[in-house]
Amino acid sequence: MAFTSTNKELSGRLIAVEGLDGSGKSTQIYLLKRWLELEGYKVFFTEWNSSAIVKNATKKGKKRQLLTPTTFSLIHSTDFADRYERQILPVLHAGYLVLADRYFYTAFARDVVRGCDREWIRKLYSYARSPDVTFFFNVPLDIALSRILDGRPRLKYHEAGMDLGFSSDLYESFKIFQGHIYEEYLRMVDEFSFIKIDATKPPDVQQQGVRNLLQERIDLPRYK
Amino acid sequence: MTTIPDKSSYDLKDVANRSKLFYGNGLPHINPALLQGKLIVVEGSDGSGRSSQIALLRDWLERLGYATLNVGLKRSTLVGPELEEAKQGNVLSPTTLSLFYATDFADQLENKIIPALRSGFIVLADRYIYTLMARDIVRGADPEWIRSVYSIALVPDAVFYLAVSPRILAERNFQKNAMLDYWESGMDIQRSGDMFECFISYQRMIQKEFRAMQALYDFETINGNRSIRTISQELKAKTEFILRPQPLQIQEGAIM
Repeated sequence: MAFTSTNKELSGRLIAVEGLDGSGKSTQIYLLKRWLELEGYKVFFTEWNSSAIVKNATKKGKKRQLLTPTTFSLIHSTDFADRYERQILPVLHAGYLVLADRYFYTAFARDVVRGCDREWIRKLYSYARSPDVTFFFNVPLDIALSRILDGRPRLKYHEAGMDLGFSSDLYESFKIFQGHIYEEYLRMVDEFSFIKIDATKPPDVQQQGVRNLLQERIDLPRYK
Repeated sequence: MTTIPDKSSYDLKDVANRSKLFYGNGLPHINPALLQGKLIVVEGSDGSGRSSQIALLRDWLERLGYATLNVGLKRSTLVGPELEEAKQGNVLSPTTLSLFYATDFADQLENKIIPALRSGFIVLADRYIYTLMARDIVRGADPEWIRSVYSIALVPDAVFYLAVSPRILAERNFQKNAMLDYWESGMDIQRSGDMFECFISYQRMIQKEFRAMQALYDFETINGNRSIRTISQELKAKTEFILRPQPLQIQEGAIM
């Protein structure tokens, strides 16, 4: 809790997806969004790291490699707070189903791997409401890695965890970094009651599972 | 999370030799015990004489041969300019602004304060986490949350809080800038359009928070209504006490 109480009953519902890069979570939340829209529900979609206001500072920090684990964490939290207070919270008040492609659990995983204190980072985000449902797209590390790396994409410095000094090779560093993130995610499954989805299954099978689970947990007709 | 260090964990009387601590679990990869220098914080509202006192303290320290570094709010390379810009237009919501300041603070802590302390500098901080926390708390922030955010901060070797009555502060601001500052008058949170009234009531709120924090964060309130010279002498005497080891017969009350 920061300036606003997280306990206040909001009519909207918050649904988050989490998982490694290459877990297919963005595809799944897109399909979920399409379904909800076509069925006529009030839906709002939000992504991690998309706010304009502090983007400049993030860019500057990343380019000049000024960021330490703590400032990296704080600047992302600032960015998230802006999006949370100006977009997410108002639409939750207005009674929308909010779909979040990554939520603060992404920060919990990455920042702890970077060395931030687990308790500190959880408290840092305590101003934001926890999701009503979090789907965790669970895929073995090697599958996630091959999905991302087979195309030999251009990896960014922080994305590959190069700041952590695991390896001087960008791809090697990325693999080690993702491995640690995966471990953090697994620790959080019970702590935050994630719903695990087997992300090795075909996309349509996963999507059917996601839709069924959502209907069990949220009284969807209220959001028409 | 322990945000306030247990006072029994170090010897309060031995301020000159005690090692550095973080308020909470601190920063990753940094051992505060290796920091040799001293961190001296001067807190107070605009018009409290903060900047004058810091300048005098710096002259005095440099004359004695100490290397010093000045830090203050909104001076980080990372977000300082962006923060200044954001303050001009009232575009950021409270949590965002609060975390933006925390980012600015953390950047200076890690890239300026800690490296300087490691090299044995005396770091003079023109305001520290206390102003940032007080401002947020009067705006409705949860004190526990904001204390946790700033649990990354180093415990200073001394914090001097220049307490000046709101009326005198207002007069000094009129003399210096011919007008009162929007934020220092808390115009963003008040209903009255009368800036003088707002300034006085906002400064009272801030002072109340400082009094409340004093019990938690061990700092010295300095009567800032007196002359610059008198205050400066007091600050030098108190600083000297931190710089040089003292015999142990000093009363505990002198540093509490």
